[in-house]
Amino acid sequence: MTDVTQTPDVDVSIRSDRRHALVNKRYSTEARFKYAGLAAILVSIAFLVFLLITIIWGGLPAFTYNYVKLPVNLTQIDASNPQAGDYDGALRNGITEAMPYLTGRSGRRLARSVVSGGAGIELRNAVIEDTSLAGQNADFGVPVSDFADLYLKGLTAKATLTRPDTLIDVSGTEGEVTIEAGSGVFRDFLNEAKVAIGQSAEVFRRRMAALQRSLDQQLAIKANSQDTEAVEAAIQQAEVLEQQIATAKNNFDALIARKNATNTAEALDSSMPSLLLKIAGGTIKVTEVDSNSAKGDVIVPPTSTSAAAGEWTMHIIEETEDNRKFSDREVAVIDKLVEEGRIESRWNNIFFSKGASREPELAGVWGAVVGSFFTMIITLILSFPLGVAAAIYLEEFAPKNRLTALIEVNINNLAAVPSIVFGLLGLAVFLNFFGLPRSAPLVGGMVLALMTLPTIIIASRAALKAVPPSIREAALGVGASKLQAVFHHVLPLAMPGMLTGTIIGMAQALGETAPLLMIGMVAFVVDIPGGFTDPATVLPVQIYMWADFPEPGFQQKTSAAIMVLLAFLVAMNAVAVLLRKRFERRW
Amino acid sequence: MNMLTAEQQEEKVAEMSNNPIKMAGKNVSVHYGEKQALFDVNLDIPERQVMALIGPSGCGKSTFLRCLNRMNDTIDICSVSGEITLDEKDIYDRDIDVVELRARVGMVFQKPNPFPKSIFENIAYGPRIHGLVRTKAELEEIVSTSLQKAGLWDEVKDRLDGAGTGLSGGQQQRLCIARAIAVSPEVILMDEPCSALDPIATAKVEELIDELRENYTIVIVTHSMQQAARVSQRTAMFHLGNLVEVDETDTIFTNPSDPKTQDYITGRYG
Repeated sequence: MTDVTQTPDVDVSIRSDRRHALVNKRYSTEARFKYAGLAAILVSIAFLVFLLITIIWGGLPAFTYNYVKLPVNLTQIDASNPQAGDYDGALRNGITEAMPYLTGRSGRRLARSVVSGGAGIELRNAVIEDTSLAGQNADFGVPVSDFADLYLKGLTAKATLTRPDTLIDVSGTEGEVTIEAGSGVFRDFLNEAKVAIGQSAEVFRRRMAALQRSLDQQLAIKANSQDTEAVEAAIQQAEVLEQQIATAKNNFDALIARKNATNTAEALDSSMPSLLLKIAGGTIKVTEVDSNSAKGDVIVPPTSTSAAAGEWTMHIIEETEDNRKFSDREVAVIDKLVEEGRIESRWNNIFFSKGASREPELAGVWGAVVGSFFTMIITLILSFPLGVAAAIYLEEFAPKNRLTALIEVNINNLAAVPSIVFGLLGLAVFLNFFGLPRSAPLVGGMVLALMTLPTIIIASRAALKAVPPSIREAALGVGASKLQAVFHHVLPLAMPGMLTGTIIGMAQALGETAPLLMIGMVAFVVDIPGGFTDPATVLPVQIYMWADFPEPGFQQKTSAAIMVLLAFLVAMNAVAVLLRKRFERRW
Repeated sequence: MNMLTAEQQEEKVAEMSNNPIKMAGKNVSVHYGEKQALFDVNLDIPERQVMALIGPSGCGKSTFLRCLNRMNDTIDICSVSGEITLDEKDIYDRDIDVVELRARVGMVFQKPNPFPKSIFENIAYGPRIHGLVRTKAELEEIVSTSLQKAGLWDEVKDRLDGAGTGLSGGQQQRLCIARAIAVSPEVILMDEPCSALDPIATAKVEELIDELRENYTIVIVTHSMQQAARVSQRTAMFHLGNLVEVDETDTIFTNPSDPKTQDYITGRYG
C-alpha cells in the first residue's frame, strides 16, 4: 500500500501528457481503421455497380426484338390442318409485296436477307397456336434478321446524318444515275474518302517493306552461301519477291496518285466509308464522288428526280462495308421499312421461350433455364437431406474417435476440391459405370450434389453447434430421448443456418460450368427438356457457349442470359429467405 | 480430513428422518477422463423433503446432482461408478430406460431454459412425448394444473400462446419448474435455480419449492447459505469431491460437526 505513494517519479495522473498522447494515438488508429473499412466497402460497391451496369447495358437490347410487318395472305391455309400450309410461299409473296422496288434476282435476295431465316417457322407456329389466323389476309409481324435487328438498335452501321443547304438533281429514278448538287456539298466526304485511300496505301507500303526484308534475306543467302542448291533456291525466291514488290508498289503508287489528285471524281469501294443519299422517299448509294456531283446506284427509287435545299439528307457510315456484315443496300431497305412504319420493337418472346439455335434471332434461353431448374431440383433433393442427415449424425450422435476425425478432415478437404474433379468422377462413375444418360439434368444434378454436399455439411454442423446446449439439456431433462431432443428442439433452431448453407451451396452449383462439361451438358440442345433424363444444358454453360459464338447477335444474348442467371439466383435466394422466415416465426 | 464413514453417515440419516429413503448414492465416484470429480459419496435422499447440496465451486455437488438422473451420460468422457438407487432400484442398471428415469427424476437448470416455443407448448411437450394424455382437454388440464402448481397460472393464463422466452427471468424459471412437474416426476433436481434471478423472483421460487415439498422429493444445489437454510430440511456439504457432512439443516447451520462446514457457512472459506 505504501509503495504506491512512495513512487512519485511515475506520473499516474489521468491528465498526464503521456496518457494524453496514448489516448490521441488510440483515437487516430480507430479513425484510420474506420476510414480504411469505409474505403474498402466503397471500392467493392463501385466494382459491383460497374459490373451490373455493364451487364445490364449489354443485355437490355436482347430483351426486345424488331419485327417487320408483312402483308401475309393466309387464305390458302386450312384451319383444320395448319401444319401443312405453304408458309414460306406466303411469306415470300408478303416480302415482295412489302418491298416492290426490289426486283430481279439480287433484289429478291436482298429483300429476303432483311427478314429472319426462321420467319416461316414462326409464322407456322403462330397459326398453329391461333388457328383463327388461317384464312386471313392481313399484316403479320415476323422477326427481322439478326444484323437488321442490331442495325435497328444502333449497334452496327451507325450513320451520321447531314441535311445540306442546296438543291439536288438526279438523272433518273432507277439503275445508275448521276447526281448534281451545288456548293461543294460532297467535298468533306471526298476528303474522308481520300483519307481512307491513304490508309489503304499505307497497307501496301507496309507490305512492300515486309517483302523487302524477305528479299534482303534471300539476297544475303545468294551472296554468302556455299551451297549451290541453296543459292539456286534463293535466286528463285528473290525473283518472286521482286515481282510481288513491284505489284505492291504499283498499287501503292496508284493509291497515292488518287489521294493526291485534285478536281477529279473518286470511285468508292467497300474499303471506304459509305455515302447514302435520301431523296424524295428513295435511297441512292453513291459509287463515285466529286465535290459537287456524284454517281450512284438507286436502291430504293425516289418519287422525284430533284429535291429542294433541306429536303434531302446525306448519310455517312464511317464503318466500311468490309468491316460489317450489314450492307449499304440492307441499310437502305431497313430505313425504308422504318419510314413506312413496318418495323416495330416487341418484347423478345423468342429469347424467353426457345432453346438454343445457331441463328442468333431464334436462340432462346428458356431451354437452359428449364435445364438449370431440373438440375437444381436433383441437386437439392440429393444434397439437402443427405447433408443435413450427415451433419446431424456427425455432430450429435457419432462417437468422437479417430475415424470420425478422419471423416471430418475429409469433408473439409472435399469442399476445396476443384469442381472439374467432380465432373471427372461423374463421367467415370455415373456415365461409364452406371450407364446413366449423357447430358441429362439427372446426372448433372448428381454431380453438383456431390460438389454441394461438403458445403451443406459444414454449414449445418456449424448451425447445430450454435444451438445452445441448454436447449438440449432442457429437452433431455423432461425425458425426451436424444433423437427427440435433436429433432424436436435442436433441428428447428439450426434450420435457418442449414438453409443458409444450402443456399450458398446451391448458388455455387447454379453457377458451375466445369463439371457439367465433363458429363456432356455442353451439348447443343434445341428442344426444351421435358424431364430429368432429357438432354439439356444449363444457364452458365449456355452463357459460356454464346460467349464463344462470333455473331454479334450472341453478344447481347450473353449479357441477357447472365441477367437471367442472376434473376434465377435472386429468386432462389428469395425462396430461402421466405423459408427462413417461416421457420423463425414458429418459435 | 474428518470424513464420515458410510456407516456413520447412514446412521445419522436414519436417526434424523422418519421419511423413507427415495434415492440413495452408495460409493459414488465420478471421473471426467483422468480427473476424478467425486470420491465415494454415500448420500441418502429422503422422500418429500428438500435436500440442499452446498459447498464451494468445483466441489462436485452439481456432478452428484447430474448423476441422479443420468444427465452425465451426455458427456462423453464422464464415467460413473458405485450405485445410485431410486426406490431401491439401481438407475445405472442395464434394464433401466434412461428416458423413463428422466421422466421420474425431473430437472431444473441454473439458467432458465424454456424452449423457444409458446408457453403452452413448453408445458405440453413432456406429457405429449410420454403419452400421458389422450385428448386435447386432458393436455390443457395438465398445462393449467402445472402452471398453477408453479404459481405462474395467474400471470400467463391469458397469453399461453405467447413465447416462453418472452417472459421475465423469474417467470421463465417458474415455467421451467412447471415444465418439470408436468410429467409428474417423483424427484425434482434443481441446479442453482435462483442464481440468475433477482431477489423478488428468488423469493417466489423459494416459496414454490416449499409448496412442492408436499408432493415431490427435491434436491437443490445452491451457493446461497440463506437459501439452503430457508428452503431445505436437510443439507449436505461437499468439499473437493467428498461429502463432508450431511445433517438436518438446522443442525448444520447452528452446530456443524465439521470445522470446514463451520468455516464455509460463516463465509470464512470457499
